Amino acid sequence: MLTMIKERLIQLGIVLFLLSLVTFTLMKLAPGDPVFIILKADEVAATTADEEALRKELGLHQPLFIQYTDWLARLVQLDFGTSLINGKPVWQNMIERFPVTLELAAGSLFVMLAISIPLGMLAAKYEGKWLDHVSSILALLGASIPAFWLGLMLIYGFSYRLGWLPTMGTGSAAHLILPSITLGFGLAAIYARLLRAGILEVLAQEYIRTARARGVGEWRIMYKHALRAALIPVMTVFGSSAGSILAGSVIIETLFSWPGLGDMVIDAIFNRDYPVIQAYVMISGCLMVMVNLMIDLCYTWIDPRVRYRKGEMM
Amino acid sequence: MSSTRSMTNVDVAEKRRIASYWKPMWQVPQLTIGTAILVTFILIVLVGPCFVANDPLHIQMSERLQPASWNYPLGTDHLGRCIFTRLAEGAKLTLGVAGIIIIVTIIIGVPLGLLCGYAGGRLDSFIMRVVDGIGALPEIIVAIAVSGFLGPSLTNLLIAIIAVKWIEYVRLVRSIVLIEREKEYIEAARAAGFGTWHMIRRQLLPHIISPVVILASLDIGKIILIISSLSYLGLGAQPPAPEWGAMLNDGRPYFQTIPEMMIYPGLCIMLVVMSCNLIGDGLRQLLNIRHKKI
Repeated sequence: MLTMIKERLIQLGIVLFLLSLVTFTLMKLAPGDPVFIILKADEVAATTADEEALRKELGLHQPLFIQYTDWLARLVQLDFGTSLINGKPVWQNMIERFPVTLELAAGSLFVMLAISIPLGMLAAKYEGKWLDHVSSILALLGASIPAFWLGLMLIYGFSYRLGWLPTMGTGSAAHLILPSITLGFGLAAIYARLLRAGILEVLAQEYIRTARARGVGEWRIMYKHALRAALIPVMTVFGSSAGSILAGSVIIETLFSWPGLGDMVIDAIFNRDYPVIQAYVMISGCLMVMVNLMIDLCYTWIDPRVRYRKGEMM
Repeated sequence: MSSTRSMTNVDVAEKRRIASYWKPMWQVPQLTIGTAILVTFILIVLVGPCFVANDPLHIQMSERLQPASWNYPLGTDHLGRCIFTRLAEGAKLTLGVAGIIIIVTIIIGVPLGLLCGYAGGRLDSFIMRVVDGIGALPEIIVAIAVSGFLGPSLTNLLIAIIAVKWIEYVRLVRSIVLIEREKEYIEAARAAGFGTWHMIRRQLLPHIISPVVILASLDIGKIILIISSLSYLGLGAQPPAPEWGAMLNDGRPYFQTIPEMMIYPGLCIMLVVMSCNLIGDGLRQLLNIRHKKI
């Protein structure tokens, strides 16, 4: 267990180093002189002397390597600079926006679980019947419908036509419904299929037959044995889903004017607010590696076989 | 009937085995349906504009927001451009870009995967570290980083997707090579004195082609989704390019009055992505069947 954590922490370091290198390079390649951008944002007529002073202040007269290490040192202290647009520290912006994105992520996870668990169980129970076919068609649709289009169609149907739900923004629980469905649907379709496959595999095992012979009810077998055992392999896939939630949130937040991190970064791109963009890229990279590490740990914790196997190797 | 009865069970099994090895592709429904959708779609895209001779980029404010008619089979958009020819142009653009991305990805990923798997050692572990590092990031985040700093454009988006996509191919090819490398026929070939080039080209490559083709056909769907999503956000194709996602973005202000402006491009994306997914799934099934039966 400890070896794995150590191994993963090393990986985390490598990922962040690569990411910082790429971000820094991209930042340097970005068109436009940051000095001019800042001066323009202040809207004062700048003299050459001001320009030089700012260049010194930002450390832009130093060689690239020194600039990079300085920049990295600031990043490590979570100093991402200030936003060029609203003048607030980027870190503060991120802290304000983060819970809003988390709310959306929680909503979509709820939708995912609420659809995929029953659907996966039913599809496994009625394998080869119409319900199973419906679930496989849903899975195909989930992988093929662009999320932003699904969102637009939901807005059109439920907000414009029926007038049941608000079109965009935040505020009430009702605001959360459409974005969560939009983001959660694609995942739900995939997970229902994964669960189905997992459950079918478990149901073919000997101990299930024993349980049946003992007279345990069919639903109890499904719930107590099959679902639980099937959830473990499904969990490993969850790491990549965290990525698609993060990526999807950028699109869904823009679509529904949901004021989270994704909405923030898209605004930042169009305003050329570089400090915000680099903070977003670095933080989301960090987040992804952390989530994957946590999933691995949970996995080891839930499934003792993995632990033992690791133990033997050590 | 009588001849079957006279055959032993083994013969029947043998016959079935051979028959299912050559199981024609139309017996895998996904493959058939997927190919049918894609072929029909491509035909419409190629032949349609011969009958509807409108310039997809020609702005005509007098003709704006027209309903469907003989001149404009799907009506016109907010600038009076023919939606049908724009969709057809968009198909070429989207499929073309997705095709370029896949080809470049394969050209980078497959040789690197072969190299990692076959050579092993320090080079392998170095490349795999980089692969794991980049692989931790979703494509969209990388696309945001690239278009955020270098400015939004289709070329930047293309670079961003390739920068992430090659990872999967290195991993896939490497894992296959690692398995095949241990098998006896490789040892035999090595003992027979064949060189590295022969080993890779004649012994290993045949095992790699089908999985790579399957992954690629599933990936084309995903790539189309990413391109259109980011173009919708304004980070991909820039106006007036008739990219589907960008067209959806154009239609957004007219959403309540003319939802068709958004429905058609969305349907196009969905159909094409769906057919790619079906073809990928179908190919995988075809391969699985062959693997099992041999």
